Amino acid sequence: MSAPILEAVDLSKRFGAVVACDAISVGFAAGELVGMVGPNGAGKTTFVNVITGYVTPDSGHIRYRGEELVGLTPRSAVERGIARSFQHPQLYDNLSVLENALIALSIKRGEQRSMWAQLKRRAALDEAVALLERFALTEALETEVAQLPEGRRKVLDIALSFALEPAVLLLDEPTSGVSAQEKFALMDTVIDVLAKTETTVLFIEHDMEVVEKYAQRLLAFVDGQIIADGRSADVLADQRVRELVLGVVDAS
Amino acid sequence: MQTTSAILIDGLVYASWIFLVSVGLTLIFGVLRILNLAHGSLYAIGAYMGAWLVVRFFQPGMPLWLSIVLLLFGALLVGAVMGPLVERLLLRRTYGRDEVLQLLVTYALFLILGDLTKLIWGVNPYYAYLPYSLMGNVTIGKIPYPRYDGVLIVAAIVVGLGLWAIVNRTRFGKFMVAVIRDREISTTLGINVPLVCTAAFTIGTTLAAIGGALTAPTISVVPGIDVTVIVLSFAVVVIGGLGSLEGAALGSIIVGLARASAVHLFPDLDLVAIYLVMAVVLIFKPQGLFGRVEAKRI
Amino acid sequence: MATLVRTDRARADVGQLRRLGGVALLVAILAVVGLVLASWMQFLLTVSLAESLAVLGVALLMRAGLVSFGQGLFYAAGGYAVAYGMRLLGLHEALLLLALGIVVSALVAAAVGPLICRYRQIFFAMISLAFSMVLYSVLLKFNGITGGSDGMQVPAATILGLHVADRVLPAAYYDLTIVCFGIALYAVSAYMASPLGYLARAVRDNEIRLEYLGASVQSVTYRTYVLAAALTGLGGGLTALAVGHVSPTLAYWTTSGEFIFAALLGGTSSALAPVVGTVVFESINSYASAYFPNIWEMVLGIVMLAIILLLPRGLWTLYEIAARRWSR
Ligand SMILES: Nc1ncnc2c1ncn2[C@@H]1O[C@H](COP(=O)(O)OP(=O)(O)O)[C@@H](O)[C@H]1O
Ligand SMILES: [Mg+2]
Repeated sequence: MSAPILEAVDLSKRFGAVVACDAISVGFAAGELVGMVGPNGAGKTTFVNVITGYVTPDSGHIRYRGEELVGLTPRSAVERGIARSFQHPQLYDNLSVLENALIALSIKRGEQRSMWAQLKRRAALDEAVALLERFALTEALETEVAQLPEGRRKVLDIALSFALEPAVLLLDEPTSGVSAQEKFALMDTVIDVLAKTETTVLFIEHDMEVVEKYAQRLLAFVDGQIIADGRSADVLADQRVRELVLGVVDAS
Repeated sequence: MQTTSAILIDGLVYASWIFLVSVGLTLIFGVLRILNLAHGSLYAIGAYMGAWLVVRFFQPGMPLWLSIVLLLFGALLVGAVMGPLVERLLLRRTYGRDEVLQLLVTYALFLILGDLTKLIWGVNPYYAYLPYSLMGNVTIGKIPYPRYDGVLIVAAIVVGLGLWAIVNRTRFGKFMVAVIRDREISTTLGINVPLVCTAAFTIGTTLAAIGGALTAPTISVVPGIDVTVIVLSFAVVVIGGLGSLEGAALGSIIVGLARASAVHLFPDLDLVAIYLVMAVVLIFKPQGLFGRVEAKRI
Repeated sequence: MATLVRTDRARADVGQLRRLGGVALLVAILAVVGLVLASWMQFLLTVSLAESLAVLGVALLMRAGLVSFGQGLFYAAGGYAVAYGMRLLGLHEALLLLALGIVVSALVAAAVGPLICRYRQIFFAMISLAFSMVLYSVLLKFNGITGGSDGMQVPAATILGLHVADRVLPAAYYDLTIVCFGIALYAVSAYMASPLGYLARAVRDNEIRLEYLGASVQSVTYRTYVLAAALTGLGGGLTALAVGHVSPTLAYWTTSGEFIFAALLGGTSSALAPVVGTVVFESINSYASAYFPNIWEMVLGIVMLAIILLLPRGLWTLYEIAARRWSR
């Protein structure tokens, strides 16, 4: 394997008595498509929070293209090309779907300080609509985001992180709350765009069908540790993973 | 040397006075999550009520303790009536809404209560100095200090210990702490949160009224005293950390000493001195001395 | 694709021009109105428009979720800058004095901004209040140089180098005010339509997302804070000129409270809404304080409660509803 683009070394984080991240060491190569599974409370979200600088680890290192990320803020992680989506969508609830996209794109273009340019320029509008079209979000362009059904919010949340064209994208349960029909369409869109750009994708997922279909590599989290790491099929066949993650009790 | 002891004693008196008011403010914030801008108005109403009772019923020759009883009775009356009234009729409608919106609701209440006070008691000052002057002075290191100031200090200590006992020794106190910590969980635990809110607001309001009533004999009770006290109380709770009772105690001492130092060393700049202290505290402890930061879980 | 977007798109690149045209039209109308108004009403409008700039400042902050209970700090800074500009610097040109007011207010904001912009919600409100009260007590206590509670006179200024006769001075100040007002209004509406303006609303909605899109929340709030201060400083300067007097009340927290009231009354969803709020507020104020001074604040409080509980987006909501009917 070539040198990893993103690497965690001995990463630990506790919340009181809970060890949410227990000396995790793991690396990811550029362009990898990695699934992350594990029961609720296993520390998957915390892992994403720590990598993106939202939560400061108690100890350990995060290296991105060789650079130490510990101590940096989510903003500096984003500036370096690491973006994420959220388990619970983080959106601008009082703005429209279109405005949410326009804001994300204008930040991407580096206009966040601009006071005189218009946000809703023709070119910017076209770009935003194109982004939303890709995620089939155009039928509700003018809808205030607070009024959107949960599944649509989830998709918009992912669309916003896409606007940044990141090199590493972390998706926190992208398909939870999304209807069964839409799930695969959504993942296809994600994979389709990312495959062309060599983006590294880590996605947390509870739906094993989705995992089996899309993850090239799979990490299984339990109690803040990665208990299995390898090709999806192998990990899903692992005895402990079957027991602790999938909840299958093998007759033996 | 003499200035030092004067600063310490004056500081203690100021601290006691402002503690009585600000501990109520912080208690209300802790439980209801509402910063009550009208807290000063309730202080003022307590002062008017106390002053009015003393002027009306207390005469020289009566036992001194009677005047204190009158003052406290007035304060309890104000708290018992205004507390439930305001909480039930007004604040309850705003629970769960934006914090700042709630702040503006209490600002509106401040405006209303200000005029209401003037309508009831007029705009001429009330002087209820009899208890104060009758108690006379005590001389400490050649400087005479009014004995009445001791009443404020005692009241602050009693209130502080009383609250401590309620919080740590009673079921109601445990409920209150639970609500302060986490409202949702308290509800699921079966705590009657609305009732705890009403009770906490009433206690806080009563404390403001007590502060006002006990201060009445030392000042001329005029329109505008609500503003002075609320502005100082904010400094106290911001320094101590919003919602923290210990913070209110420590904040009061800091504000009291800062004010006394300013009064003795740079007269007329007391407010500036207090806010300067506040700014310094905030630079190093952005959430106040006992304030907690809770990162949002995502 | 939604029709609304199509109209948005058609309008998009001429937005700036439309805005400029709209503001120019408004100023022209105000100029004509000024010719026919009785002098007391003209004065009332002068002061209202000047004050509306402070209210606009408050409204800009509100859009970012920040309620400034201390905007009086910058109102007074602008006003006293004009007074001292005349007294100490020997400036007499109104435009220079107003520029001084803007610069001083913006500098004060730039200095206290890093501390205050770390806070949100109640903390922001109370700390801004604290800073304004510091200025208030300084103005009050150093009466040797500030005139204490009486404040200072602000003599007539020249406008574009012209000495204006006393008789026509109010009219000249009216014209000066509407021109400054027009420029400020244009700037504000451009800001509201700009990326920064939208980012401010984004701060109010979700700071986490903003940081995760790579924008700096602190920078957005700081810039908005300084901009609001500059506007308020201009308002204070214009008020000082028009009234001919400055006093510590400009910095008092109830002055800031009135700004908040006017902003709530009008609403914050467009640049014009807070202006409407201020004009309505000042009109009622001048009647009320004459006819029922004793319960004026109580009336204010009750109206404020009614707006907060029943019309949370202000009077502008009524216009929006009407406009929607109209366009149907
Ligand atoms: N900010 C926090 N404060 C306290 N405990 C937390 C916090 N974030 C996560 N935890 C705890 O850490 C553990 C892991 O949580 P999380 O990372 O959200 O798990 P997952 O995403 O795998 O469901 C849980 O026990 C959770 O309660
Ligand atoms: Mg999770």
